[in-house]
Amino acid sequence: MESFVHVVILSMLVTTAIAIVRVKDLFAVTMLAGIYGLLSASFFVLMDAHDVAFTEAAVGAGISTLLILTTLSMTGRFEKASVKPQTDYRPVLALVLVTVTGALLIYGTQDMPGFGTADAPAQTHVVPRYLNDSATEIGIPNVVASILASYRGYDTFGEVVVIFTAGIGVLAMIMSKASSTPVVQTSLMSDHVVLRIVSKMLIPLIMMFALYVQFHGEYGPGGGFQAGVIFASAFILYAMLFGLTEARKVVNNTVVQLLSALGVLLYASVGVVAMINGGSFLDYDFLSADPVAGQMLGILLVELGVGITVASVMIIIFFTFTARSQKAGEPD
Amino acid sequence: MSIVATYLSWALLVLGGLLCISGSVGLLRFPDFYTRMHAASVTDTLATGMILVGLMLQAPTWIVLAKLIMILVFVLLTGPTAGHALAKAALHSGLKPLLPGKSGVLEADNKSSGGI
Amino acid sequence: MFTAVTIAVLVAMALALFRAYAGPTLYDRILAVNVFGTKTVLLIAIVGFLMGRPEFLDIAMVYALMNFITVIGILHFFEYSAPGKSANSETVKDQ
Repeated sequence: MESFVHVVILSMLVTTAIAIVRVKDLFAVTMLAGIYGLLSASFFVLMDAHDVAFTEAAVGAGISTLLILTTLSMTGRFEKASVKPQTDYRPVLALVLVTVTGALLIYGTQDMPGFGTADAPAQTHVVPRYLNDSATEIGIPNVVASILASYRGYDTFGEVVVIFTAGIGVLAMIMSKASSTPVVQTSLMSDHVVLRIVSKMLIPLIMMFALYVQFHGEYGPGGGFQAGVIFASAFILYAMLFGLTEARKVVNNTVVQLLSALGVLLYASVGVVAMINGGSFLDYDFLSADPVAGQMLGILLVELGVGITVASVMIIIFFTFTARSQKAGEPD
Repeated sequence: MSIVATYLSWALLVLGGLLCISGSVGLLRFPDFYTRMHAASVTDTLATGMILVGLMLQAPTWIVLAKLIMILVFVLLTGPTAGHALAKAALHSGLKPLLPGKSGVLEADNKSSGGI
Repeated sequence: MFTAVTIAVLVAMALALFRAYAGPTLYDRILAVNVFGTKTVLLIAIVGFLMGRPEFLDIAMVYALMNFITVIGILHFFEYSAPGKSANSETVKDQ
């Protein structure tokens, strides 16, 4: 039964991937990519990995569809026809390269141990220590959160810095002096009264749900990344329905850029405070007198920093893209 | 009491599953966008409601019951709204519905470009 | 009985997927994605009960949310870039 469902979902994934390659209308490709994200998240749920499924649902099926749509409104909507129509466009070299790389990868997997065997390195190296000692050393039920935020906290710090860098990159490439002046425009959805009222009811609930996911991440699936994305999506919904100028009044440009830096700063200061108290960088045991309480405090603050940075970077990217596409679409 | 609740929940789950399938079959076989939208959104919301209520009757703890109620309220609120927004956008962008013509036969309004 | 409902929801998802590939207009595809998202919410809720882990319901809630926001986003950008307003002669029917 279970493998039957796995086979069905995987074959739907393959068909969607083939359709993404073959369809020429990029709007349709975006929606098919959204379906791909939903299917992957269902597959992760079936494989019993709920934190990953949560993140895939929020990021892969939600936010990235919105961001790709924003990009499409600036570029064209249909794939260009082939550049040299008189000769057939045959990317032989690319095909050979992809086939050789794929064959090498498959050959490399022959050496790997089988899925779930007891003596695989994934089961024997540090994992028994994490699984056995996480309850006593760290004291939170969700082992994924404890590995992400405490045992491997330095890697998560790198992830947060990467997200912050992406936000800076978007600002550096797209924002110019001219677009920082507010463009007076009315939202095209001004006659969608039903949508506006329903969204006004929903946006506070969405924000509360984001806060629930943020702080409940130690006890169930959740955590900083997912909560940040959900929180940003509430603001994106508001910006889509009420216009960018209204949304800018709520979320000032300067404030959101400061907040994105604040999250990374919070993360780093937790590590520095641990160093000041006598431990090494990001060693939460030294944050308070009792090591377990120190761990919980450290994880709480660190996840908060992650959530703040992710939310503000998503808002920055969306608002910048929208402002730019509206500038580009002005003479339309 | 719990036997009644169990049987009721099985019945609701099976009905919800049947509604899901019938809605998707309607999505495939109806001739026009607006009729497909009717089939999809009506059966979607009703099937979701039935399946979630069926699951609620088998919920092990209060927290699960509360979460199921929240999901139900959210879907009931956003499903019809999304359908309304979609139909309105389609109508404003020129997609004309299939209507009976003068001869009583369904024909598309041939002045439109058929939307996008 | 959970397995029967799971199979029903999977069949509904596959049928909606077919409409997403073959829809003649863009709005058919958007509708199919919406239906697919709602069915995924149901699938996750049922599978969570099936596997005895009802904490998957948070994931179902996020899906319902993302489904709604994605449909609104698609409509917003489609209306904004407005190919329906200008006489765009290159808008061909999709295959």
